[in-house]
Amino acid sequence: MVAFLRFLINGISLGSVYAIIALGYTMVYGIAKMLNFAHGDVIMVGAYIAFCAMAYLSLPPLVAVLLAMVVCTALGVVIEGLAYRPLRQAASLAVLITAIGVSYFLQNAALLIWGSNPKIFDSVFSVGTIRLFEGELTITSETILTIAANIVIMIALTLFTGQTKLGKAMRAVSEDKGAAELMGINVNRTISLTFAIGSALAAIAGVLLCSAYPTLMPTTGSMPGIKAFTAAVFGGIGSIPGAMIGGILLGVIEILGKAYISTELGDALVFAVLIIVLLFKPAGLLGKPVREKV
Amino acid sequence: MKLKKSTVNALISYGIVIVAFIVCQYLIASKAMPRTLKGQMIPICVYIVMAVSLNLVVGISGELSLGHAGFMSIGAFTGAIASTWLLNALGLESALARLIISIVAGGVMAGVFGVLIGIPVLRLRGDYLAIVTLAFGEIIRNVVNCLYFSVDGMRLNISFNNPNLAGTIIVNGPAGTKGIKAISTFPVGFALIIFTLFVVLNLVNSRSGRAIMATRDNRIAAEAMGINVTKYKMMAFVTSAVLAGMAGALYGLNFSTFTAAKFKFDTSILVLVFVVLGGIGNIWGSIIAAALLTILPELLRAFADYRMLIYAIVLILVMLATNNPMLRSVFDRLLRVFRRRSPGAEMKGGAAQ
Repeated sequence: MVAFLRFLINGISLGSVYAIIALGYTMVYGIAKMLNFAHGDVIMVGAYIAFCAMAYLSLPPLVAVLLAMVVCTALGVVIEGLAYRPLRQAASLAVLITAIGVSYFLQNAALLIWGSNPKIFDSVFSVGTIRLFEGELTITSETILTIAANIVIMIALTLFTGQTKLGKAMRAVSEDKGAAELMGINVNRTISLTFAIGSALAAIAGVLLCSAYPTLMPTTGSMPGIKAFTAAVFGGIGSIPGAMIGGILLGVIEILGKAYISTELGDALVFAVLIIVLLFKPAGLLGKPVREKV
Repeated sequence: MKLKKSTVNALISYGIVIVAFIVCQYLIASKAMPRTLKGQMIPICVYIVMAVSLNLVVGISGELSLGHAGFMSIGAFTGAIASTWLLNALGLESALARLIISIVAGGVMAGVFGVLIGIPVLRLRGDYLAIVTLAFGEIIRNVVNCLYFSVDGMRLNISFNNPNLAGTIIVNGPAGTKGIKAISTFPVGFALIIFTLFVVLNLVNSRSGRAIMATRDNRIAAEAMGINVTKYKMMAFVTSAVLAGMAGALYGLNFSTFTAAKFKFDTSILVLVFVVLGGIGNIWGSIIAAALLTILPELLRAFADYRMLIYAIVLILVMLATNNPMLRSVFDRLLRVFRRRSPGAEMKGGAAQ
């Protein structure tokens, strides 16, 4: 029972990281209708920046995280402006391949700058661990902070998209670009803003991910990226609460599957659950089914 | 006798491939071809077949598939097992016969999985379909990583997650295949390209091919015309899987050892890049893009560490140049002038959604 609880908490913690990454995917998909495959690599860049800030500049962890967020935000906006904006009218597959090109670029740039040897990421946080059941169940500070960060981000994003003017503009653009433009919304700036928020979240996710799994390599971001993308689809792509639920469920399934069924098949299990869910709910858990009109 | 236009175009296509093959063979025979390029000939054949077969799904049938490497993986492992079994159990000495039987076996096995995967996948649409193909690709890779095969006399032993098998181990779980004879040859690869072109061009220019393209262009209208959408989507998907499996077998038998990790998501994406860069729905585009992009990293060897970075930049710039509306209109005008002069052997398809 205690073991199960431990796996469950680990699962929620990993799932929270997926959820934060998935938010970036789902927001960008909702507004620009594109799969941003480079998102996973922005996570990796964020983690490297935080690592460098702490290891070489010996900045305090909080400053390092903020620095990573600033760099990633800038990176996200630059990528959007240079690579995706010229293709706003192009077929979605063309944008997808460009995103893959950006992903290759980031990975190989990281390989040149930081080398292929894995860096050992020191945990950013030290709040102390919680011990329950006479020390049988320990919850590390990373776990607590990851889950807390997830909740804070979720609340902040819901408030932002629901209450603020910019958030409303974002929802308007994702619903109908043309109509939003007629209402005086600057579509390009709104899309840039979405990329900025998504990339800042990616930086946080990168730091959290590497605090829990401390090896940092140029390819660190790709697998979590794919899984977070899966999580976004799982929850219904384009939906913010969907990304959250999808991410956490995916993390829990992965950890429990690895613990109780087969270590090697943990990933396969995640994808199998995804397939089954999509067969019964083809638009994801919280996605709205779109009626086709003739 | 008057031939149909599509037949003439197909014949021109075969002709160009045959000429290209003869030129390559001549260059190899006269030792004019650099060693690194010579080693790339079989991978080029493999990726051409992969790209053309994926184009059948992405371009002709209009569904984005992100798990094409999964079928390649099934074909490669089936081919490796089949060739070793033929040699050890049946004592089939002829490498050519073993290669051909293995390629066919790889294709059949991939086709079986294509049907199994196609049934659930083709019920979905758009990005959801894409993500499920991605999921299947990853599942195949994960499961193959846990499989062990061995030959013991005539018997073929399979186990899941248990390396203690009787006889000689052929597939060793995560360590991949072991002790496979590398029997792939460039002429067989070339024959596979011709076969692929034959299948794809005939399918596209047939009644079924037109039905497939009709479902791509407008699913509802096609359904209203009495076209069985699922059947035709399935036809394109399974044909593509079979061809990918054959390419996989050719690829696998080019190495004495390979692992399931070779066929991860990146490989699926690589093939998709060939298809999109060559032009979605354009068979010749796929062939040229696959050949050029397979050699490109070799050609960029002079840049040493920077070559993959340059590859990425080239990819982004080409996508920007070919898809930006302003540059696009310039290209289109140039192409129109060019087309008026020579009606090329091209099948221009619409974009996938």
